[in-house]
Formats: sequence, structure tokens, C-alpha cells
Amino acid sequence: MTIRPHDLDPDADRGAGGLAVELTGLRRHYGDVHALAGLDLHLDPGELVVLLGSSGCGKTTALRIVAGLERQDAGTVRVGGRDLSHVPANKRDMGMVFQAYSLFPHLTVLDNVAFGLKLRGQSRAQRRQRAGDVLDLVGLGEQKARYANQLSGGQQQRVALARALAIEPSVLLLDEPLSALDAKVRVQLREEIRRVQVEVGTTTLFVTHDQEEALAVADRVGVMNEGRLEQIATPAQLYAAPATPFVGEFVGLSNRLPATVEGGHAHVLGTRVPVLPGSASGSGLALVRPESVQLTLDEQGSARVATVAFLGPLSRVTATLPDGTDVVAQVRSADAVELTAGQRVRLQVSPAPVLVVGA
Amino acid sequence: MSAPGAGAGAVAWRISRVLLLLAFAGFFLLPLVALLDFSTKVPSTGDRTAQPWRDLLADEQMSSAITTSLLLAGLTVVGMVLLLVPTMVWVRLRVPRANRLVEFLCLLPLTIPALVIVVGIKNVYAWVDYLIGDSALTLTFVYVVLVLPYAYRSLDAALSGLDTTTLSEAARSLGAGWGTVIVRVIVPNIWSGVLSAAFISVALVLGEYTISSLLHYDTLPVAIVMLSKSDAPMSMAAALGSLIFAALLLLVLGALDRRRRPTGR
Ligand SMILES: Nc1ncnc2c1ncn2[C@@H]1O[C@H](COP(=O)(O)OP(=O)(O)OP(=O)(O)O)[C@@H](O)[C@H]1O
Ligand SMILES: [Mg+2]
Repeated sequence: MTIRPHDLDPDADRGAGGLAVELTGLRRHYGDVHALAGLDLHLDPGELVVLLGSSGCGKTTALRIVAGLERQDAGTVRVGGRDLSHVPANKRDMGMVFQAYSLFPHLTVLDNVAFGLKLRGQSRAQRRQRAGDVLDLVGLGEQKARYANQLSGGQQQRVALARALAIEPSVLLLDEPLSALDAKVRVQLREEIRRVQVEVGTTTLFVTHDQEEALAVADRVGVMNEGRLEQIATPAQLYAAPATPFVGEFVGLSNRLPATVEGGHAHVLGTRVPVLPGSASGSGLALVRPESVQLTLDEQGSARVATVAFLGPLSRVTATLPDGTDVVAQVRSADAVELTAGQRVRLQVSPAPVLVVGA
Repeated sequence: MSAPGAGAGAVAWRISRVLLLLAFAGFFLLPLVALLDFSTKVPSTGDRTAQPWRDLLADEQMSSAITTSLLLAGLTVVGMVLLLVPTMVWVRLRVPRANRLVEFLCLLPLTIPALVIVVGIKNVYAWVDYLIGDSALTLTFVYVVLVLPYAYRSLDAALSGLDTTTLSEAARSLGAGWGTVIVRVIVPNIWSGVLSAAFISVALVLGEYTISSLLHYDTLPVAIVMLSKSDAPMSMAAALGSLIFAALLLLVLGALDRRRRPTGR
């Protein structure tokens, strides 16, 4: 797992702008589809929370309700203690970046960013100053006079971010702002979003279905499933100690290995490992990360190497157990060079706690 | 030998193109030249005179008809824009299901002959007269209906090239109310559609004869027809004048359109 700067220093100095956000019991249905089935979520001032979930689980609906672009059937939205449930979108003071490109085509980059400031009655000089500052912050100070159709997708989304930040919103809402961009720009821009967010200290709700993106930028990640929050935790906790089988399988890659549980421990591949709270008892399947599987060359081993995939410094080896179960292990590429398909290997599990689900 | 043959073909093609262009130009321009000729000639001697044009400007009935028609054109454009733009934007954003219905309603006037409209509308106009007085400007109501199909088409084309939902949501989250969304965000981006809707409305109103004459209102076309019965050269001058005016209007609107559009890549 990679180490992020904010893991090292969770109390890093933040700007003053953040307000707490409190969502309670949010419900919303479309016909008989329950897009949100009672969502509770709390964001600390200045925190960046990512809502992660598969397509159609209600992430966008949640964000749009917070923004006031959609009505909830039940539940409340509070920002800084104030109930905004019945405040129209244009009075909520929230900055939003959309998945689709949303710059106003008839305005220059500078005027796009200044749009919200103009509505707030700022003078022309003030607007230009502030818009210019925010554009510098997202690294687009040189493109002020351009129109949206003269910018790349990544630049357009950065302008959209600047436009949302220019009004000094109480909350910043990002709905898959990177999904229309190619992989490289996506990684670059998500780091930029994080940097800017830490710098301005705005409480931020970020929606994505890309778990790598979620783990990379979030203070905390909320995993959603069918309109509810399954678990909310720091990326590290979420990865190491998933609270539910859904989270365990959705976040990161997991092996499902036969296990028997007794007395708070599970026997997996002949190793005794502690189990996480929420695990099934009796026999079940343990969710084991590839990096927790140890693989050694052994003539007497019961498993056989099936494939070896080179991923740079690490390689991913798939081995097959006698009963036909495939096990994925992560090994250093330096060790993987000796491995070829068909070789016998011995598999062990490192003693990190695992989640066991009913078979 | 093939090269000169091809060259000859190209020349023939170019010539036929020029001929075609001349034929069309002649077809359109000949009546206009004839109008100009007729309206500037002294019938008995064949001398040139600007008298009909001077009379035209001096004629009170004529100038009041021109004023009426111009006012009608302006009011119709304003009425059309105020009615159609917010409705179409609103329907797109809030009740997309009703889009079909609005389209159907807007295109309906196209299918009803002017004569039928007059017969139907006479009763309504008895009330309009009674309530707001018997002014030619009350024709605005009929004309707004009459231009709906054409205006709808050009606005629809402009709107469908725009992601109205995302743009208006972006504007709203930045603090814009619905009015601001329409005036500051949607309209500037469908400006060319609004202009072409305006132009076609003006052209239609300046040329509309049937309804205004049957309802006994003196608009420009009605006045021209009446004049042609008493003073033919002057009526020709008026007809040509209104055509030139419409052409100028087209140029002005076209220039406005170009000025508003941001330069592309
Ligand atoms: N306007 C709507 N009308 C009808 N159903 C809707 C509407 N908006 C959302 N839904 C339904 O509500 C559910 C949740 O939608 P939502 O857009 O919140 O999902 P999402 O988590 O954002 O998915 P994605 O990752 O694909 O964007 C889906 O089943 C969707 O079909
Ligand atoms: Mg979505």
C-alpha cells in the first residue's frame, strides 16, 4: 500500500473555511427504485470524504440532494448546524463540479470563474482579481482569455474546479469530475484536486466509482451499496479491516479461500489467523488480499503456478489449489522470475486479521 | 488527348455554373429591377423621376401603415421570444415529457389555413376589441401564434446543441435564480437561434396580408395593395422599399450573430 502525505500528518494545517456537514436519513426513490434508502453521513470541517460505490448505488443522487438540485423524500441536510433541506440550490452556497463538461461556452475562462462572483455583486476589479487568483491556484493563470472549446478536457475540469472554488463555497461537491479524462490526466488531476482542497480547507464530498481514486485522495471513504452506507473509514482501515463482505470484495482485490472459524480465529490454508468483527462462524470463505498470500517454491507443495503477470516492481502470480480454487498472490518481481507455469508451490497466509463470509 | 478533354469538361462545368448562377440571379433580380424601373418612370414621357418615392415618404397613410407594420414586427418578436424561450427552456429542464406536446402545439398553426384562422378568430377579436380597443397592434396576438412553428424550429435547433441541464445546474449552484439562468446562460448560447427566429418572424409579419386585410387593419401589405389600385408607381416603390428593408435587416442580424459568437479554435 502506498503512503499518502495525509496519513503521515492527519492534523495537517488546514485553511479556516471548512464547515461540518451532516446528512441524516436521506431517502429518495424513483418509481420503485430506491436510489437512497436512508443515508447517514457526517463530514468534519475541512474533511474530504469520498463516496465510493458501483454504478447505480445512489452516489449522484446523494450529491445532488446535498446541492439542492434534487429533492429528498425524507431526511435532512445540515451544513454548519444549519438545516438546508428546504433551501433552493442557488441559495445553498455550494461549489459543484460535474461529470459532464459544464463551462459556459459563451464566456472566457476568466468570466466563467467570475460568474458566481458577479452574482454576488462583487465589483469588476474584485472579480478579476479573485478569479485570476483561483485560476493560478489550479495552474491555469495563462489561459484566462480562452473559451471552453479551446481547452482540453482536463483543463476544462480544472476551470470548473476554479469556478466552484471562486465563490468560497461552504461545501465543495465533486461528481466523478475525472471520469471523462484519460488515465494519466486522471491521476495527475486527482492529486491536484487534493492539493487544492487541502490548501483552501473546504469540506468536500467527492463521488466516484473508481476505488483507486477513492483510496488515493480521501481522508475517509464511504462505501455505498444500494442507497446505504456500508462502511465509512480511512482508506487504510477500509483496506485492512472491511466491516462487511461487500466492502471486502469491492475495495481492492481479494481471494476467497475456504476457512473454518472457531474461537475468534480462522484456519486458512493451514494457517491460524485472527478474524475481523462481522465474520461468519463455522465454515466459510476468508477474504485474503494478494499481498497476504505467501508463495514458496516447494516440490512437495500442493498448489501449481498457473500464470505470472509482471506489474513492475511487483508481480501477480495465480496458483491453483488441488480443489481447483485459484489463489492470487503478490510477490516481488525479483522473486517471480524463477516461477513458471506448472511448478509446484506452497501457499501460506500471513497472520493479518481476515474477514470470513458465509460460504 | 485526355488532359485537354478533361480541361474542356472543367471549363464547360464552370461555364454552366456561371450560367446557372446568372439564371437564378435574373430570376430573383428581374422583378426587383422591374419594380425599380416602374417606380422611377414617368408613364407618359418615359423620363426618370423620384416622385413616387418622395410621395411614399410624404404619404401619411403609407407612413402610418409602415409604422404599424414595424411596430407589429417588433411586438411579435418580443412576444414570441418572451413566450417561447422560457417555455422551451423550462420544458427541457423540468418537464421533458411535455416536450412532444409543446412541439405539437407550436407546429399546429402551420396546418391551419389563414382563412380558417380568420374565421375562427373573428369571435375572439370581438372580445379583444372590447377589452383593449380596436388597434392594429392587437394583431400581435395572431402573429405570435402564426410565427410559432418557424420560431420553434430555429430555437429547437439551437437548444438541442446545448447541454441545458448541466449548464443550468452549474449556474444554479453558483447562485443563479431561474431568470438569471435563462437570461445570462441559456439565451447567450442560443443567440443565433433567437436571431433567426426573430428574423423569420419579422419577415413573416412584414409580408402577411390575408389576416390583416380580412380583419380590416391597415398594415404595410394591405396599404400597398390598396395603393396599387390608385397609384401604381408609388405602390411599387413601397413594395421594393419593404423588400430592401427586409434584406438590410437580414444583414444586420447576421452581423449581430457573428459579433456575438466566440472565435473557435
Ligand atoms: N431522474 C431519475 N429518474 C429515474 N431514476 C433515476 C433518476 N436518477 C437516478 N435514478 C435511479 O436511481 C439509482 C441511483 O442513481 P444515481 O445516479 O444516484 O447512481 P450513481 O451511484 O451515481 O451511479 P453512476 O456511478 O452510474 O453515476 C439508479 O438506479 C438510477 O437508475
Ligand atoms: Mg453518478
